[in-house]
Amino acid sequence: MREALQTLSEPLTEVPDASRPPLAEPLLSGRGLTLEIGGRRLLDAIDIDIRPGRRTLVMGANGAGKSLLLRVLHGLVSPTSGHVHWRGRPLDKAARRAQAMVFQRPVMLRRSVVANLSFALGVRGLRGAERGRRIAEALEQARLGDLARRPARVLSGGEQQRLALVRALACDPELLFLDEPTASLDPASTQAIERLVDDAHQRGVTIVMVTHDLGQARRLGDDLVFLHGGRVAETGPAQKLLDAPASEAARAWLEGRLYLGDPGMTT
Amino acid sequence: MKDFTSILAEAIGLIFAGDADLIEIIALSLKVTLSAVVIACLIGLPLGAAVGAFRFPGRTLVTILLNSLMGLPPVVVGLVVYLALSNAGPLGPLQLLYTPTAMVIAQTILVTPIVAALTRQVIEDLDTEYSEQFRSLGVGPLERMKALLWDARYSLLTVALAGFGRAVAEVGAVIIVGGNINHVTRVMTTTIALETSKGNLELALALGVVLLVIAVMVNAAVMGLRASAVRSAYA
Amino acid sequence: MFRRQFLTIAAAGLITAGLVAPLKAEEKFIVVQSTTSTQNSGLFEFMLPKFTEKTGIEVRVVAVGTGQAIKNAANGDGDVLFVHAKPAEEKFVADGNGVKRFDVMYNDFVIVGPPSDPAGVAGSNNVTDALQKIAKAEAPFASRGDDSGTHKAELRLWKAAGIDVKGASGGWYRETGSGMGATLNTGTGMGAYIMTDRATWISFGNKGEYKVAVEGDDKMFNQYGIILVSKDKHPNVKADLGQQFVDWVVSKEGQQIIADYKIDGQQLFFPNAAPSGS
Repeated sequence: MREALQTLSEPLTEVPDASRPPLAEPLLSGRGLTLEIGGRRLLDAIDIDIRPGRRTLVMGANGAGKSLLLRVLHGLVSPTSGHVHWRGRPLDKAARRAQAMVFQRPVMLRRSVVANLSFALGVRGLRGAERGRRIAEALEQARLGDLARRPARVLSGGEQQRLALVRALACDPELLFLDEPTASLDPASTQAIERLVDDAHQRGVTIVMVTHDLGQARRLGDDLVFLHGGRVAETGPAQKLLDAPASEAARAWLEGRLYLGDPGMTT
Repeated sequence: MKDFTSILAEAIGLIFAGDADLIEIIALSLKVTLSAVVIACLIGLPLGAAVGAFRFPGRTLVTILLNSLMGLPPVVVGLVVYLALSNAGPLGPLQLLYTPTAMVIAQTILVTPIVAALTRQVIEDLDTEYSEQFRSLGVGPLERMKALLWDARYSLLTVALAGFGRAVAEVGAVIIVGGNINHVTRVMTTTIALETSKGNLELALALGVVLLVIAVMVNAAVMGLRASAVRSAYA
Repeated sequence: MFRRQFLTIAAAGLITAGLVAPLKAEEKFIVVQSTTSTQNSGLFEFMLPKFTEKTGIEVRVVAVGTGQAIKNAANGDGDVLFVHAKPAEEKFVADGNGVKRFDVMYNDFVIVGPPSDPAGVAGSNNVTDALQKIAKAEAPFASRGDDSGTHKAELRLWKAAGIDVKGASGGWYRETGSGMGATLNTGTGMGAYIMTDRATWISFGNKGEYKVAVEGDDKMFNQYGIILVSKDKHPNVKADLGQQFVDWVVSKEGQQIIADYKIDGQQLFFPNAAPSGS
């Protein structure tokens, strides 16, 4: 990872794949990811590697491009330039099916809790007994068994987010994206979500998560990518980066200061 | 002319007298209109959903077209259908002119753009909400359209009602293609037109009130269903 | 639960749609293209059940203006034409659209006017003189303006009176472009003189203070004719059933029924078919 960090800290030029050191084969990698909308550069030549079985956090100030980066990595948004590779090959349908995403505001179908789960599993081609088994399992995990027949949209925010999370996990993803899943939840609901994420991780699911919550970052993070102004300011092991940030942007953010300079510069 | 209280009294009298002719006319009105609305929904819902949910070249043009067709003058539709179904027209051999089927065809043409245009709006709004989640799940195009239509079902009931309102109140098209033939193609609106032309304004107005009462009942039934859906956050 | 309700509605709708689709194909019926005056006066309601009872043939009447009735029949959309514009009817036969024209009955046109009688024509039996007075006084006059039999007759009378109404259109001469009933409703509303057939006027329910102002001139004679649409030109015509209806209307029985039809003791139509029938 140190080599990777050095590479990333270099001037933002194209980095050929061949020159990558044969570290752990990344599950998902982005190279030179740049996104421009309406003449504004929202993501600027981002290189990122997601290693299998790890929990990678994406952090940074509001507007740093965290959510956009997740969407680009998940294939929801096409980058203006650069590319995303899944196991060393371009994203395709199979790759997308191996991923799932939970959004900050859970998107609930106007159906019952069960029907929400059933729909997602149906999309993945699951029918009959297997689908029933997975639904029961998901309800159990989310502790939503009593609410199974209720319309999903009358559930509380915490319940909805739990449902969204187990709905994503029921599809058995290798990689799970979480975009600030606990941003608007109370401590108990947050804890429930974290436990579910942790369980998934124990089962070997690779996690990529955006969060603003420092405690959560320390509890759940293995690797950390710190963004500033659409660029990678710093990457490294989460604990280490949070304890001793190298970049001015990360340091300022951790100290609660507004920082408007370049991401990597240490002044 | 009599005042409105006496017209209202006459309307209530008409409803409770249970006159066989009036019942026949009301029944035909409902049959023709509901048939047209059902067919218009079978065409307009998928069409509107497709335009609302998919991006394709010329989409804006199609949207403008659908929105404009909502204002189709009934008489023009009536004339076009007449010319098509006339014995001198291309569909003459079907012998549909001056039948309830001809009226259903004309009303379907009037109602389909309304259903399609309003459906497009409803589906587009819902798609904005669902789109990222659906793409994340990898929902296919057909599955997506079905899910959007199903989840918007209670809003789409209102859309169907808008179509029903247009059809049930329409006279210009059905009088041309139906011919307002007694016991065959005479419906509420053509009866009102006939009684007006006979100078029986009170009877015409009373029939208008009866038509309104029917429309209110249909709307109330559908909105009752929708209200229970809103309570369960399905709408 | 909601799913079930929704499906129930959809199913109910589909069933309704299915009910309308099958046509009553087995019934014996003919379509008669006719005018609003015969329908609105109630003559058909009086007359047709008697024919149906006798022959088992249902008569479906499409009542529109004479001009439109002739056009519809010329498209083959009717088996029998029953209207009141002799020259146009003769042209219809001459063009091969009809088999033969028969006189059926007559009534007469009248000019009705407001009680104030701005042109001073009330009580007149000279229509030429009355129309000239109306034009001179520029008193409002509501015309059908719809190419109907009544409209055609009215234009003939203006022409005979030497008055160009085209120039006055939009001024005192107002073309409603609608049926007789609608024109009467409009005309009485604006205090205009209106020419109408007597039958429609007698049965009209919204007369208000209006009265017949001009009547009794031979020029206001209104002849009705009946024509079987030509099967040679329009193969869908039910010639046999249609012929039965034409024969019956001009028969002694049919003619007597026309003479018997009265509103408030007033006879509306006067049968005058040639004694031999067809």
